[in-house]
Amino acid sequence: MIPEEIVRSPSWYESSARNRISGLLDADTFREILGPAERVMSPHLELFDLPPAFDDGVIVGRGQLDGKPVAVIAQEGQFMGGTFAEVSGAKIVGLLRAVAAAAGTPNGVSAVLLLLDTGGVRLQEANAGELAVSETVRALIDVRAAGVPVIALVGGRAGAFGGGGIVTACCSHVVISEQGRISVTGPEVIETNKGAEEFDSRDRALVWRVTGGRSRVLLGGADSYVKGDVASFRAAAARSRNAAPPFTLETMAAEQERLEKRLSSYGDCRDTPEIWARAGLSDPTSVPDIDDDAFLALLSEREIKHDAR
Amino acid sequence: METFTIRAQARAPLPGAGRQAIVGVVASGNLEVLLERSETGDAVVVDVTTSARGFRAVWEAVVADFIARSSPGGVRFSIHDNGARPDTVTLRLLQGVKLLETQP
Repeated sequence: MIPEEIVRSPSWYESSARNRISGLLDADTFREILGPAERVMSPHLELFDLPPAFDDGVIVGRGQLDGKPVAVIAQEGQFMGGTFAEVSGAKIVGLLRAVAAAAGTPNGVSAVLLLLDTGGVRLQEANAGELAVSETVRALIDVRAAGVPVIALVGGRAGAFGGGGIVTACCSHVVISEQGRISVTGPEVIETNKGAEEFDSRDRALVWRVTGGRSRVLLGGADSYVKGDVASFRAAAARSRNAAPPFTLETMAAEQERLEKRLSSYGDCRDTPEIWARAGLSDPTSVPDIDDDAFLALLSEREIKHDAR
Repeated sequence: METFTIRAQARAPLPGAGRQAIVGVVASGNLEVLLERSETGDAVVVDVTTSARGFRAVWEAVVADFIARSSPGGVRFSIHDNGARPDTVTLRLLQGVKLLETQP
């Protein structure tokens, strides 16, 4: 038998993209666009002798969160590493453009929920994938400029790497769990190019200490930290919908200032415990070891808040 | 990759009202199954696209076993497989018909 607590509160990390969506939204409100039966699939994978997926690893559609309409984009990290590719990218960009066009009309949504779970561009269709990332960034900025917040939810197996890291950084608000990781160049790629002395990708503790959810939220690469269950992500998505900053020149200038300050304060640090020591945390080496409740208490007692975005 | 279609007759049409369901993910050692109630009567169609060549006889045995245990008449199963073991395939097929049966 599956333990009761797992049935009641499934893990975001362990869930498929479809199960994340059904746990995130109000029951039975999700309406998928270009669902699996439409068979809009990658035309490229067959050339590489690879099986396709009916949804090309991205699920897009509309639903409700606490009774208010939202648009949802979810990447399936288990299929081809949740990659940006021609078809999956077009689904993401198409939905974002539709949201921007409908903003302020009766068809408008209260937010876009972006469930990132990706290693970046799909190498088998790399040119289309790179284009998809840049078009996604452009469309995402247009959505924010139209006054609709875009909320990134990061806690999947593949993390948010490559173009996924760039897209995350463009969002209005970023929610992350301990298992979540955000970066642009992945650990294996750094090691391949610069050697294991620079970054040992097999040192899992190092990977999570640098790219993981706790470091990201402490440094401001993410805004909200949640426990790793689907219900916590749902609660954070609903909360942050109203907390997203306006997309203005002032916000951008404040964000630039925040990032410059971060670089000058910690730019020469070699590892995260050095940063936490300099930031004045009393026990800088314990950050990865304490449980989620203790970490959330640490965040709230130090009033760690990064207001720009 | 290998692609083939298996046709069979079930004992009875699948109960329930669900029209369409999808289970599983095309992850390593896993598969996705799209179920559509598009066939007539007791007919069953299984379209297989698999990354592993040369296992058609195993697929036919797994499907025959599944149809004997279940009664999925009228359903077309479209499968994308990325090297799942036969027991995983059986579980996904059973999970799919359960979902289709219990959908409102």
